[in-house]
Amino acid sequence: MTDVSTDSPRSAAKGPDMVNMQVWRGDASGGDFRLYEVEYREGEVVLDVIHRIQATQANDLGVRWNCKAGKCGSCSAEINGLPRLMCMTRMSTFEPGQDITVAPMKTFPVMKDLVTDVSFNYEMAKRIPAFQPKPKDADGKRRMAQRDVERSQEFRKCIECFMCQNVCHVIRDHDDNKVHFAGPRFLMRIAELEMHPHDTADRIPLAREMGLSFCNITKCCTEVCPEHIHITDNALIPMKERMVDRYFDPITRLGRAIRRKR
Amino acid sequence: MADLETHDFDVIVIGAGGAGLRAAIEAQAQGARTAVICKSLLGKAHTVMAEGGIAASMGNVWSEDNWKVHFRDTMRGGKMLNNWRMAQLHAQEAPDRVLELEEWGALFDRTKEGLISQRDFGGHRYARLAHVGDRTGLEMIRTLQQRAVSQGMAVFMECKVHKLILDEGRVAGALAYWRETGRFVLFRTKAVILATGGIGKAWQVTSNSWEYTGDGQSLALSAGADLIDMEFVQFHPTGMVWPPSVRGILVTESVRGDGGVLRNTDGKRFMFDYIPEVFAAETADNEAEADRWYEDHTNNRRPPELLPRDEVARAINSEVKAGRGTEHGGVYLDIASRRSAEFIRRRLPSMYHQFKELADVDITAAPFEIGPTCHYMMGGVKVDPDTEACTLPGLYAAGEVAAGLHGSNRLGGNSLSDLLVFGRRAGLAAAEYAQGLGTAPQVADSEVDRLTAEALDPFNRATGENPYSLQYELQDTMHNLVGIIRVKSELEEAIEKVGQLKERAKNVAVEGHRQFNPGWHLALDLESLLTVSEAVARCALLREESRGGHTRDDFPATSGYWSKINNTIHRDSAGETTITQEPLPEMPDELKALFEEPAK
Repeated sequence: MTDVSTDSPRSAAKGPDMVNMQVWRGDASGGDFRLYEVEYREGEVVLDVIHRIQATQANDLGVRWNCKAGKCGSCSAEINGLPRLMCMTRMSTFEPGQDITVAPMKTFPVMKDLVTDVSFNYEMAKRIPAFQPKPKDADGKRRMAQRDVERSQEFRKCIECFMCQNVCHVIRDHDDNKVHFAGPRFLMRIAELEMHPHDTADRIPLAREMGLSFCNITKCCTEVCPEHIHITDNALIPMKERMVDRYFDPITRLGRAIRRKR
Repeated sequence: MADLETHDFDVIVIGAGGAGLRAAIEAQAQGARTAVICKSLLGKAHTVMAEGGIAASMGNVWSEDNWKVHFRDTMRGGKMLNNWRMAQLHAQEAPDRVLELEEWGALFDRTKEGLISQRDFGGHRYARLAHVGDRTGLEMIRTLQQRAVSQGMAVFMECKVHKLILDEGRVAGALAYWRETGRFVLFRTKAVILATGGIGKAWQVTSNSWEYTGDGQSLALSAGADLIDMEFVQFHPTGMVWPPSVRGILVTESVRGDGGVLRNTDGKRFMFDYIPEVFAAETADNEAEADRWYEDHTNNRRPPELLPRDEVARAINSEVKAGRGTEHGGVYLDIASRRSAEFIRRRLPSMYHQFKELADVDITAAPFEIGPTCHYMMGGVKVDPDTEACTLPGLYAAGEVAAGLHGSNRLGGNSLSDLLVFGRRAGLAAAEYAQGLGTAPQVADSEVDRLTAEALDPFNRATGENPYSLQYELQDTMHNLVGIIRVKSELEEAIEKVGQLKERAKNVAVEGHRQFNPGWHLALDLESLLTVSEAVARCALLREESRGGHTRDDFPATSGYWSKINNTIHRDSAGETTITQEPLPEMPDELKALFEEPAK
């Protein structure tokens, strides 16, 4: 077998250092951390080292990844207990000699090793009705000001790494909430449509139905977002305000009560 | 076979990038029972990595722009080896496809008038790329994903098609396996649309993800459909070369479109030394004019940094070879000294953020090291330009897996528009074919049993070749012998080495069990990687000229003979692969006339 870990063209850098990686191995029936003593080189990220383990010590190590560039949101994991993208966690951010643990996201059921069952997210996505545009201008074009599209554009930076979903304690600590609560990613999607300058649908009832009230704005989602989207401040809080205005404002409620009596 | 999971559809689409999703949306809209099958999770396909934009002559920024100018740019960028009809349809239909995305919720950046903004890119005469910052691909895939989901699309995620199954010379089905469980699943279908993307994982330095293993090209060839133009591989001029964590990752052309320039280690802006005759009339030959162009396109010619990708990649390669490259084998891309940090962060937000976090490189503070990276496959499955039908009944192909539109070199921005225009056309034609088919083709049980056994073979060996090692050796071979600059002796050596690797791949062994086992998945992908690598090397050896994404050190000029030829690859039922030289379709006179107008 060729020694793929020391191939020269891949690494014009100085010689390798060694690191102890504790990688969770197992499946739905259980598992535990396994120690891999492995090389790493200057400028590498955690995913590079995981790939080296896979190529040289454990061909069957399950891990999701695609772009290795922080753009696809596939390689989410918990590194030393913190939700991170493996491709965006530089080895240089750890102390030399420090053990590094890599575990699957906790909120979703484990399939195998670092791969989790994230189908919950795809089910939630199905519940959100599509964009419902108002008519175009007479010349067949749409006109929107840049500043008006920027609010929703911020939310569309989402790469669906699902780390906000993973870290949100509403579902992380209370699995039974999953039927009532869509999680930050999808509440933000509702906000994105609500704030789209040309969307005509009323998105507030859906935000309520999908559990916006469960959110108690601890901002855990915002903290882990690799795209630095202000999920709580720019999406969830404004939606909560709109929901409160709609359903809990005393004057609106009075108005509704009067209408009902007619 | 008895307990095999089986599904029946009219059309299955393999691949869930821009082309696959657009094709599936169209096929389903035509009333065909449609499914999408993809190797990764939905929304993770390689399209997300596209940065610059979607080329479409909407004329929102330059009212002079129209489909004819776009057509001409595309053909000239492809060194006239493009299928003229595809280039025409693409230029004509791209604006409608962009506007359609907007109806499905895409939020493009806007002009002052509130229209979709369009940006400059290499090889395009006018600012033409509809974009969202530098994350246009993400916007496109999310828009199509959300559209498909809202239409109730059947999606089989993390499911890999192993082989196509035929019945009397036409498509009848596909055998796939679930990556999660390793269990097999049979799709009985009337039509298959290939939308599997490229082959970049055959090279060592690449901007492509693990999925780009040439699956569609290989499925087509082994089913009896033809490939063309496999020698044309685009090396994007600006991939990161340092540090290793980002090696090969793309630096969008927008960095140059927005003012970035290339310098060698002497600090010289060397692209002025590499302006080819064919582009001389429209390219600035001095820094002052080039710098004025960003503000005034009408009275100045374009900076040479915005020449088509093949020209820029070769120039960088030459500088490095001449000893004027950096210690890591690249040159410098400098936008930091030319634009304010605030401007760079606003225009190139993902670029700034990505390299800051991935590599601790601040592109607003200093020049950074870049070099060519394997990026795109111009060649692929031969298709009918109007319907994307392959040479095998029931099989269609769209996007990077298909060939023709880009000729010998693709212009930036033409790939996203390609996905939309020809994805839609493939969906239309496949649905029509499936609905017009009287009786459904039959899948023979014996064929399913044979393919299942073949796929499980690597588990039957206690010891054998490590699939990862074989992939690395293939990548080394292709990188060193079938790279940007090619020569007869090295291509012959590559063909021999790939042949040896094919033999060794028959003895590949995997450890563990079938549940989410990347070693097994790679062992099966090796067949495709080796098939396409051999095709590239053999076609490159035959084409004795230099054109676009194919440069021969021993044949540096273009040749009149080869300007009218597509290398066409066919595999017969005995498994014998032959390459023939077929004439390029002739362009009608009214389109030829477009090239006689003055360039400026």
